[in-house]
Amino acid sequence: MWAIDLWMSTDGGALLAAAVLLPFVGMLLGLLLGGRWLQRVAFVLMPLGLALALAITAAWANTEGPLVYLLGGWSPPLGIALRADGAAVAMLLAVAGVVCGIGLFARADFGLGPDAPESRGAFAYWLLLLAVWGALNLVFVSGDLFTLYVALELLTFAGVPLVCLAGSGETLRAALRYMLFALCGSVLYLLGAVLLYGGYGTLDMPLLAGVVQPEPIAFAALALMTAGLLAKTALFPLHIWLPPAHGGAPAAASAVLSALVIKGSWFLVLRLWLDVMPGVASAQAAQLLAGLGAAAIVVGSVVALRQQRLKLLVAYSTVAQIGYLFLLFPMAFDAAGDMVLRDLAASAGVLQAIAHATAKAGMFMAAGLVYAALGHDRIDDLAGAARALPVAVAAFLVGGLALMGVVPSGAYLAKKLLLASADASGQWWWTWVLQGGAAFTAGYVVLVALRVFARPVTPLTELKPVSRLSQWAALGLAVASLLLSLAAVVGPLPAELLAKAFSLEELGTMLVLFGAGALLAAALARRPLLGKPSSAVRPGLGGLGTAFEAGDRLVRQWPSAMLALLLVAGTCGWLLARA
Amino acid sequence: MSVETLFALTACALVGIGLYGLIAQPHPLRKLVAFNIMGSGVFVLFGALAKRGAAAGLAADPVPQALLITAIVVAFAATAVTVALLLRLIESTDSASLAEPPAKD
Repeated sequence: MWAIDLWMSTDGGALLAAAVLLPFVGMLLGLLLGGRWLQRVAFVLMPLGLALALAITAAWANTEGPLVYLLGGWSPPLGIALRADGAAVAMLLAVAGVVCGIGLFARADFGLGPDAPESRGAFAYWLLLLAVWGALNLVFVSGDLFTLYVALELLTFAGVPLVCLAGSGETLRAALRYMLFALCGSVLYLLGAVLLYGGYGTLDMPLLAGVVQPEPIAFAALALMTAGLLAKTALFPLHIWLPPAHGGAPAAASAVLSALVIKGSWFLVLRLWLDVMPGVASAQAAQLLAGLGAAAIVVGSVVALRQQRLKLLVAYSTVAQIGYLFLLFPMAFDAAGDMVLRDLAASAGVLQAIAHATAKAGMFMAAGLVYAALGHDRIDDLAGAARALPVAVAAFLVGGLALMGVVPSGAYLAKKLLLASADASGQWWWTWVLQGGAAFTAGYVVLVALRVFARPVTPLTELKPVSRLSQWAALGLAVASLLLSLAAVVGPLPAELLAKAFSLEELGTMLVLFGAGALLAAALARRPLLGKPSSAVRPGLGGLGTAFEAGDRLVRQWPSAMLALLLVAGTCGWLLARA
Repeated sequence: MSVETLFALTACALVGIGLYGLIAQPHPLRKLVAFNIMGSGVFVLFGALAKRGAAAGLAADPVPQALLITAIVVAFAATAVTVALLLRLIESTDSASLAEPPAKD
């Protein structure tokens, strides 16, 4: 990907530096000016940041190759370069859009208006939202592995306090677990980067890509860095911190954490495997990543179906969807184990990441609105919610449908690309995982849909009013995910990908997936799908449901998660060295 | 044994001790100390690697020093944030346990 001259700033390269600086300038201004002004600053910065992302997209479209900006005019290896290729530009744009949506939603919960008392939680929220945004932009445009380390740490430091904005003991514990486990991941990543510097004398990505060889030091470095990043992304079995953190945070914060923060470390795995060390990465090790992804889909989805609270269901759905994000890695390799399908796999991955970011933000916001209006989010007691909160419930269901890959959602196109790649490389087994994952997603959408459309035993009367703007922001993000593939084919992807999207065959597949999802939900849910809500808890398909729950609790113990981290690093290194 | 090898072995030992602490010590403060020990191991390794620059006629490669100082600042900030979180946790729950309360049905 780095064939063009990379040692000069391109036109529009300075925009990359501006995209990183803008949120941090806002943060500092907000700190200086004080609470009341912070929200105004944030609301000015959000459209500005979106405009900047659009300007970067335009500049990228007019440039052959990536946008480059050399900080201070110093070229690597001594200087630091910011670079943005297609994937980075797409992520910048998507993050700007999602941040705007989340900002509109959060106005009601964390408003700092003249009549609202200035609260520490609200003040911290806007600062952290801007910090997450800036850190993510830095992750996307960083050109060297050490700047990326700093960017990832910034992202973690901004993400962790979002977990415990409420300040209760439970959320503080979740935040501390997240912090400590993420720190383990950071050290492993840094160790890998240090080894690479020792071996090759540079950390600049294109320079490194040119000199790195498939030899022990590179295997060790890639395995350590990958394991560290997986810990920060919370790929099963390293999801120790995710459910309590994402399920316990306020909805506006959960949306940021689930939609955006985990994408930073995932994006870096993508970079390392496909761009920096394609010659070191092997098809066998990629099977490991996707295998963990498949396990994440099965465990995350089954445990999601077993949850009692809507927010925890969405959190476990994130565990499953993170698995989906890692299925792309074996698809980059052909049957002979050479990385020839790189572009296809990368496009599918970025598309899936954006589809998940938009849909999951919408779903978390919807769950938060349901909680705010009803005073609880117990899934079994949601009867009547569809009538009481039509827009929020629609946002949840549309988000769910977009995630399962209904035409023309982004997830549909991503799945189609991956299926084509699985076909071309003869890896039929991933076809089953891809379709099975969609069926599981359909399962929990069906489960929630049946609950919210059920007739309540007693009419819902004591509803608290929720902000209309928040509801529409949630629905807007969910609909954006549902229409994403249309945007993708208007943009960089070929339009013929959607040629058969509305055919009978696709409709049939969709119906089969829905049917399979409904069967899975019926078999595994805690209570019967239809019938009296008060029936006793079932173990789910001969105890399978409870067995998965127990297994999930076991791997989320601290010692087992740490051992799993070492095991993942070791196995990954062994598989890389074997090839 | 050369000085570099000695440094590298020290780094290995520190990383190993840190890893053991992170896995086996239940108290968050001890985990944090273990993280710092492990981090120190990585820093020692990085410092020792700088010696390779001597081949180019320099006393040592200066880049690792510059990166190291940044990494140390980052680790320091991480430690501070974690201690703050831990203090708040103890304040509000009177315990420093990381274990999740058992699931209720």
